Amino acid sequence: MHSSWYLAALLVVPLLGALGALGAARTRDGAYRVAVGASVVELALALVVAFLYDPHVPGAHTLDFATRHVLAAPFGLAYDVGLDGISLLLVVLTSLVLCLALLGARERRREPAFVAWMLVLTACTMGSFLAQDGLEFFVFFELTLVPSYFIVAEWGGAERARAALKFFVYTFTGSAALLVGLIYLAVAHQNQVGGALTFAFSALAATTLSHGTAVWLFAAFAVAFAVKSPIWPLHTWSPLAYAEAPTGGSIELSALLAKLGSYGLLRLAVGLLPLALVDVRPVLLTLAVIGVIYGSFVACATPDLKRLVAYSSLAQMGFVTLGVMSGSAIATEGALLLMFNHGVITAGFFLLIGFIERRRASYRISDLSGLQGPAPVLAALFTVVMMASIGLPGLSGFVSEYLILIGTFATHAWWAAFATLGVLASAAYLLWAFQRVFHGRAQGPNENLEDARPAERWVMVPVVVLVVALGVFPQPVLNRIAPSVHQLVAHEIAAVHP
Amino acid sequence: MAALATLILLLPLVGAIVAMSVPRRAPERSVGALTTGVVGASFALAVAAFVVLLHHQHREVSVHLFTWISVGSLHVPASLLVDPLSITMALFVTGISALIHLYSIGYMHGERDFRKFFVYLNLFVFSMLVLVLSGTLVMTFVGWEGVGACSYWLVSYYFDRDSAASAGKKAFLYNRVGDVGLLLAMFLLFSRLHTLSYLGVFSRAGQLSPTVATLVVLALLLAATGKSAQIPLFNWLPDAMEGPTPVSALIHAATMVTAGVYLLVRMSPVLALSSSGRLTIAIIGGATAFVAATIATAQRDIKKVLAFSTVSQIGYMVLAVGVGAYSAAIFLMVAHAFYKALLFLGAGSVIHSLHGEQDLGRMGGLARFLPLTFPTFLVAWLAIAGIPPFAGFFAKGDVLTNAYLHDKALWALGVVTAVLTAYYMSRLFVLCFRGDERFREVTHGADPHESPWVMTLPLVVLAVLAALGGIIDLPWAHGRSLATFLHPVLGYVAPVAGATTATQWALAAVDVAAAVVGLAAAYSVWSSRSSDPRYEWPFLARVWHWDDAYDTVLGRPLTRVAGVSEAVVEPRVIDGAVAAVAGAARRSALGLRKAQSGFVRHYALATALGLCVIVVYLVARVS
Repeated sequence: MHSSWYLAALLVVPLLGALGALGAARTRDGAYRVAVGASVVELALALVVAFLYDPHVPGAHTLDFATRHVLAAPFGLAYDVGLDGISLLLVVLTSLVLCLALLGARERRREPAFVAWMLVLTACTMGSFLAQDGLEFFVFFELTLVPSYFIVAEWGGAERARAALKFFVYTFTGSAALLVGLIYLAVAHQNQVGGALTFAFSALAATTLSHGTAVWLFAAFAVAFAVKSPIWPLHTWSPLAYAEAPTGGSIELSALLAKLGSYGLLRLAVGLLPLALVDVRPVLLTLAVIGVIYGSFVACATPDLKRLVAYSSLAQMGFVTLGVMSGSAIATEGALLLMFNHGVITAGFFLLIGFIERRRASYRISDLSGLQGPAPVLAALFTVVMMASIGLPGLSGFVSEYLILIGTFATHAWWAAFATLGVLASAAYLLWAFQRVFHGRAQGPNENLEDARPAERWVMVPVVVLVVALGVFPQPVLNRIAPSVHQLVAHEIAAVHP
Repeated sequence: MAALATLILLLPLVGAIVAMSVPRRAPERSVGALTTGVVGASFALAVAAFVVLLHHQHREVSVHLFTWISVGSLHVPASLLVDPLSITMALFVTGISALIHLYSIGYMHGERDFRKFFVYLNLFVFSMLVLVLSGTLVMTFVGWEGVGACSYWLVSYYFDRDSAASAGKKAFLYNRVGDVGLLLAMFLLFSRLHTLSYLGVFSRAGQLSPTVATLVVLALLLAATGKSAQIPLFNWLPDAMEGPTPVSALIHAATMVTAGVYLLVRMSPVLALSSSGRLTIAIIGGATAFVAATIATAQRDIKKVLAFSTVSQIGYMVLAVGVGAYSAAIFLMVAHAFYKALLFLGAGSVIHSLHGEQDLGRMGGLARFLPLTFPTFLVAWLAIAGIPPFAGFFAKGDVLTNAYLHDKALWALGVVTAVLTAYYMSRLFVLCFRGDERFREVTHGADPHESPWVMTLPLVVLAVLAALGGIIDLPWAHGRSLATFLHPVLGYVAPVAGATTATQWALAAVDVAAAVVGLAAAYSVWSSRSSDPRYEWPFLARVWHWDDAYDTVLGRPLTRVAGVSEAVVEPRVIDGAVAAVAGAARRSALGLRKAQSGFVRHYALATALGLCVIVVYLVARVS
């Protein structure tokens, strides 16, 4: 077992960075430099933690770096952190996305406040992924709302107020159901075993529930996570929020915060309430498949690139939900991998769209044409990210999508077969958009579009490297997450077929 | 063997990476030499591997490269399978690719993206080799999609032309429909057999129930119809002619489009389990051969004629697979690669000499001006028409004989197609090389010039191969033929009574007669005119309205569904329902109105403050 101080550092570094950035606000570029420094330290720390992670600590159920301190016994509030294979990739993703957003989508207006919010958001997200306690998870999960609200509302586009409001109300409502469900579960647990109120995952998982109660609790949890993911039909806040947010905010919302939803669904809903799966599984699998198909259709017709990525995310997160709900270890590993890959790919998309917006002050498809002529490097970078998203073998998207589909096919063949059509659909909307934006003859102001600058190329390097590396050599990563996934799925199967 | 196979595979990839990293202004000559050289070296190594394999006792060599994906029961190593089938494919793929690389140095001279073209071409060869040398279905899928992507990039190479951009997209999407078939086939096989390596699947194939076996075969057929441009997915191929002509020769005639046939032959031990599946394959193949041949008779664009001809010829190969004549399919594939690549490269030479003109109506009388293109094209024409002793005669004869033994109706369809084949090819030949000189307007009165040696050398080599290619599988040379070489790895189909020598001679005579009839008909019609609506039926020229039908039945309705989803369902129905719920909640909560300032930022701040209070409380408690 490694020291839990590593994880504490992961939580504290971005907060210190935020304070530092506000402190350095007077000097020119000071806040930005401090924030970038903090984000690089955070990324390095996350990589060290991921490298050190040992899935075989005796008696720790694949958890490493774990510690638990009860803070307020009457309320069951505790500081309980730990890292396992399910959180591992998301912890790395959290710090990586921050780096990419700061380096690739600099926001110069009221910069100190912006970078401070970004860092606070990172700390809250990190906390959600590290929490091994339901209440602690909820606090972090809920707190992410605050910085993301301000980022959209203060630095967003023309409709930022409406977008931020919608985002807040949706998520807040979903969370209310989650809180009620969590408290109910913890109280039920206390009534069964006595002792102090506790929200620890390990304790809650042992609660004996009637079948009906499990289904109701699952539904309460699922609403919150379905909003965040998003899962069809609770997704309508996302296209507006992604489109209106500043580039950095779009990246955080889609690449990162969306993962809180699917992570919660796996860790809390499936992990704590496997008993309910018999009933809720067909429902969620169906919603996932609808999301895949419906998202693709709307993506075909949507008029701007940011919304295109939003609906494409709806489809991609449909694949994640499919894997999470499949009851197959292969597909669940695929889902975790896709959460990471989708994060990287979406960050890449929004960065590139941000570059285009910087030049043309628009990301509407009809304003753009023939960009490959004046900007071949930009087009090449977009092609790589697009092909990864389409699932071209050899790039990262394929491995995760393939694992999800082949695993789900073995347990729920029909849903997987329908979802496979999404493979076709993603090619349709992305290639069509690519053709309209990059192919053809450049007209008007597109004619002299500046190609990607060196700094812009550099920030895309990690995206391209990860997309290729995880497409060709995914095995080291799969090996690290496998024990936790197998444990979770075994627990799930044992509950469904006692 | 392991090192040889790995090198064959990796050389083109190395070439692509090196060519990608040299400066953009690197001289054409060095980029061309590098990329052509690596593919040539790959071919030399493939020859070496072939010789080694001939002297191997055990002719199935597995090469493990590294563990690609391994999760639970799913093990997908990156591994190669070197056996007679894969080495045959590797040989002709690398050989023809090397020739076409060389040709492209001349053809693409002066293009803006010269370097990028060769990077894609090398990547294509790498993907194609992954496809044919792979030891598992998943790796084959990697190559399968890889060649599709390269095809997309190369078809839309002239991306500023809308037609080229659309054609590239269409090619990719039609292929993707097929890919769904291949994915489903893999999912089915894995869920039943828990393995996806070829040798594993073949040894356990007996566990498949007849229904599942048929489903797998049909899914594989769907995959093949996409990649190999068969009914119902054939109509992307003619559009793909928007790509530069060497691309059409390499990808859309000789190699990539035959991948579907390769996949079916590779999976022949599974095909063996489903006779209804094989019958479907045979019918699709026969029908495609016929339909595409009729269309080819009415096209005016030289490359479109050749494209439909390719579809039709692959139809023959698929027909051969359907009747269990797997080695005949491979034989025709190899022979077709020789003469069809030659036809395309010859057409490219013609187009090159006429400054990009592709309309047969503006050619004619070119024989005089193209002293090397003309005779080589002549050989290719006779080969595809089925005149003995050229390669096409033996290869097509092999397919038709097997079809005859299996099903007389399919054989008759094949013979009619053979007449049509001889007809449309002779029409093309006459319109291009014979008759009046109709090209003066295009060349502004000047004489067309023969292409440089880098372009004509491949023509000569391919002409020799197209003329003599038949010797690899002569019907009377048992024991040393392609069929005997391939036989051990092919699925077993109960033999129909073999053809007697008399039958063979009679069938050969029918083939020759079919070729002569088609040839004579074309000569009599086309040597005196360049266009005639009576012989170019609009229904055929419009591809049996296939594209129009897809547009009406699928394209427009689906676009409408997308439009309605975006404009109505999303904002009104889904968002509207949520707004209604929210509105009801607000009305019922009027009592709380005072606490609601209406500014979400206040709630957000309240959330933050509340948490701060908690934190302060906790810190106080702990300390």
